[in-house]
Amino acid sequence: MNDVTPSSAERAEKLQGMGCKRKRVEDIRFVQGKGSYVDDLKLPGMLHGDLVRSPYGHARVRKIDAAKAKALPGVVAVLTAADLKPLNLHYMPTLAGDVQAVLAEEKVLYQNQEVAFVIATDRYVAADAAELVEVEYEELPALVDPFKAMAPGAPVLREDIKDKTDGAHGKRKHYNHIFAWQIGEKEATDQAFRKAEVTVKELISYQRVHPCPLETCQCVASFDKIKGELTVWGTFQAPHVIRTVASLISKIPEHKIHVIAPDIGGGFGNKVGAYPGYICAVVASIVTGRPVKWVEDRIENLSATSFARDYHMTTEIAATKDGRVTGLRVHVLADHGAFDACADPSKWPAGFFNIVTGSYDFPVAHVAVDGVYTNKAPGGVAYRCSFRVTEAAYCIERAMDILAQKLGLDPAELRLRNLIRREQFPYQSALGWEYDSGDYHAALKKAMDAVDYRALRAEQKARQEAFKRGETRELMGIGVSFFTEIVGAGPSRNCDILGIAMFDSAEIRIHPTGAVTARMGTKSQGQGHETTYAQIIASELGLPADDITVEEGNTDTAPYGLGTYGSRSTPTAGAATAMAARKIKAKAQMIAADLLEVSEYDLEWDVDRFRVKGNPERFKTMKELAWAAYNRVPKGLEPGLEAVNYYDPPNMTYPFGAYICVLDVDVDTGVCKVRRFYALDDCGTRINPMIIEGQIHGGLTEAFAIAMGQEIRYDEIGNCTNPSFMDYFLPTAVETPKWETDWTTTPSPHHPIGAKGVGESPNVGGVPCFANAVNDAFKFLGSTHIAMPHNHWRTWTVADKLGLHG
Amino acid sequence: MAKVQVTMKVNGAPAEGLVEPRTLLIHFLREQLNLTGAHVGCDTSHCGACTVDLDGRSVKSCTMFAVQADGADILTVEGLAAPGGTLHALQEGFREMHGLQCGFCTPGMLTRGYRLLEENPRPSEDEIRAGIAGNLCRCTGYQNIVKAIQYAAARLAGAPVKEAAE
Repeated sequence: MNDVTPSSAERAEKLQGMGCKRKRVEDIRFVQGKGSYVDDLKLPGMLHGDLVRSPYGHARVRKIDAAKAKALPGVVAVLTAADLKPLNLHYMPTLAGDVQAVLAEEKVLYQNQEVAFVIATDRYVAADAAELVEVEYEELPALVDPFKAMAPGAPVLREDIKDKTDGAHGKRKHYNHIFAWQIGEKEATDQAFRKAEVTVKELISYQRVHPCPLETCQCVASFDKIKGELTVWGTFQAPHVIRTVASLISKIPEHKIHVIAPDIGGGFGNKVGAYPGYICAVVASIVTGRPVKWVEDRIENLSATSFARDYHMTTEIAATKDGRVTGLRVHVLADHGAFDACADPSKWPAGFFNIVTGSYDFPVAHVAVDGVYTNKAPGGVAYRCSFRVTEAAYCIERAMDILAQKLGLDPAELRLRNLIRREQFPYQSALGWEYDSGDYHAALKKAMDAVDYRALRAEQKARQEAFKRGETRELMGIGVSFFTEIVGAGPSRNCDILGIAMFDSAEIRIHPTGAVTARMGTKSQGQGHETTYAQIIASELGLPADDITVEEGNTDTAPYGLGTYGSRSTPTAGAATAMAARKIKAKAQMIAADLLEVSEYDLEWDVDRFRVKGNPERFKTMKELAWAAYNRVPKGLEPGLEAVNYYDPPNMTYPFGAYICVLDVDVDTGVCKVRRFYALDDCGTRINPMIIEGQIHGGLTEAFAIAMGQEIRYDEIGNCTNPSFMDYFLPTAVETPKWETDWTTTPSPHHPIGAKGVGESPNVGGVPCFANAVNDAFKFLGSTHIAMPHNHWRTWTVADKLGLHG
Repeated sequence: MAKVQVTMKVNGAPAEGLVEPRTLLIHFLREQLNLTGAHVGCDTSHCGACTVDLDGRSVKSCTMFAVQADGADILTVEGLAAPGGTLHALQEGFREMHGLQCGFCTPGMLTRGYRLLEENPRPSEDEIRAGIAGNLCRCTGYQNIVKAIQYAAARLAGAPVKEAAE
């Protein structure tokens, strides 16, 4: 018998547990067109809603006449603020402690703001009727420049709160001021600057962009009048939070609200918040007694349903002449649009922007942030990053390059001199974080060796000489970035959403046959949770991943969780999964001991079984123990084999990486061609290398889009001038560079399986890497900072201003 | 609005329905024929999530009226696998090479990839990239989609397939 018993390694391989490139289980349905997205849902009697939106950036609403719309055959109702007000639903609370208009009452504050909701029997009729709603506006002066928001005599935007001197985060300085937030030691930092041998200062702006998942935001609301129960299917990255918010707003008891997030066509932060369309669909279903579907179109999505960034960071570094940083001072002007609907943990109005000291050993730092209102869409979501972390990484990584330039040092060399050293971990940053683990020098050196960094610099030098001699019209740029993320929010002592602690959860049920159903409080939008969570369970419990079904997104069945964003799924629900599995394993061990008639302490775990120490022939597999749990449990033990875990992480995790980009800039066309992009990521323990690589490819492509072309633009009267795919840059397969990926592995010391999260790292590290590469190409001509996005026109203009066109 | 009868062949079977003249083909497919594989991702014919194969060419079904497809022969993602359920080489390739994440663009990418390989059975990487430039993906960065189409090309030609995705 023994010669045919598979070895431990063979049995482990069959499980498809952690570390293997398991093919995704989700793909089976997706490649056959059998995914189940919100707009695929068709319910009997379902109506369709469409929004009437403001053509103005800032205007008084004088009159709304819906008579013609209501007269159109097929129109069931038209809702306006006047209908919502008696229900106290014309405003909704935001995650940031402000309120946001659901339907505009007296004023509209941004173009395409929601004004009325038309409900009809089909989507075409609803669109027709939306055109027939006549709204009389009186245009007001629009405020689009955040730097003018707090000027004396600036237009008053929020009349509803203009006399309120206290905001959600303290005193307001001006009627267009939202909050002031600061952290760090101001006096010590100022002193570091007074004593500094060298200082640099630059206004580093990160433009307004939009996450733009391919599926827009949408929902179907169905209110059952008999049961008094509401079911909402929607594109929700955080379904449980939506349920709680829906209950608080609607006063429907939370147990009578069923929120279901089916398959989601990408999120990237866009689908964290609650939007007016959702509320309108719910009210419409209550009013009509029929299910109501609301699906926004792309223009609505880009112009009204949230945004990201719009951070204007005045950044200063103090340093010694030999390139040791001695202080960091940043002031941020944050444009939050017309309502503060920023999606951050409630106590963090600037997110985790205080990760801005980055990967460097700054002895002191100080950060101050002012948030202001403007006549732009509300939001401030974390577009493929943890809260405000990509802003911070862009800020520090540009500033380090500017410092290197001033010191005449190579940017990689400056980083090597200042990176936090391996022996300093766990590292207390000057702005209050405890970085869990890292080996930064090893990562950067590995990256530099992989691309032969010295040879690249020599090639660049030769190119610059050739350019000066007029032999080429192409410049070469080498971008280096080293980033540290902060993900996995978060310890409940720090982080909550509207008072709900930011833990996450997993429930695992082992059935009698050894098959498993597991449910988590997170929600995949393409990350492959159904595949990877099963791998964690497979490794922990020795049951094949193929026998494990992972379910998310149904609040009736999944344990309460805070959802998927900020790369938190692996650090939180991934940890909960391992911990729940360990509870099950502990019980299984008791059952095994009983069956084998030995003490628990005489057993040892071997891949998929408990065996008697020193007598490996005597064992019980987990599959056998599952059966026994329902068949014959030891005296005093409950039958069954399941566990739930709510995991409150002791700390956040700190993934990091070193990226290098090489590009060539044609100074006559402004075209930047990425020749090479090398990305080294350290996300701790790697659960599925195939999925990790896919996440990095995707995040780098989004970083490329942001750095090289994306920007949501407004003209001076508040028109959003590019809210469609005609002119909002999404790279195709032709423009997208080829990606080289690499890794080091530094497990998180506090995470049960040592994993850190990876989905957003490439965006955080990628954006500054591209930007540094473009800046690097021009810096030998005296240029210090070129703002994003580095599109052809802007790059050509830079070349022109530098006198390169004769 | 007065309705018009349309008849077409969809995934090898006859299909018919009453539509308004303005009904978009994507809505006819999704809402009347319940073929919800193809998706709507934009309003401007850029994203290609709605791509289907019509009379031997790739079309964006959000930019075509159902009445324009009267009499046409249409293949959607639901018709790619063999009748017995065996996946098409492209479907297999997308899974093997991790050519999809959220799955929203995938039906359009697959039907586009199908036509691309019909026209050019052994495309170079550049030809694949140019060939799918009408289809946007926000998740994958395209690199593994290119590999997936190369995998399918090799498989359809009976050649050995490359190693699976990293």
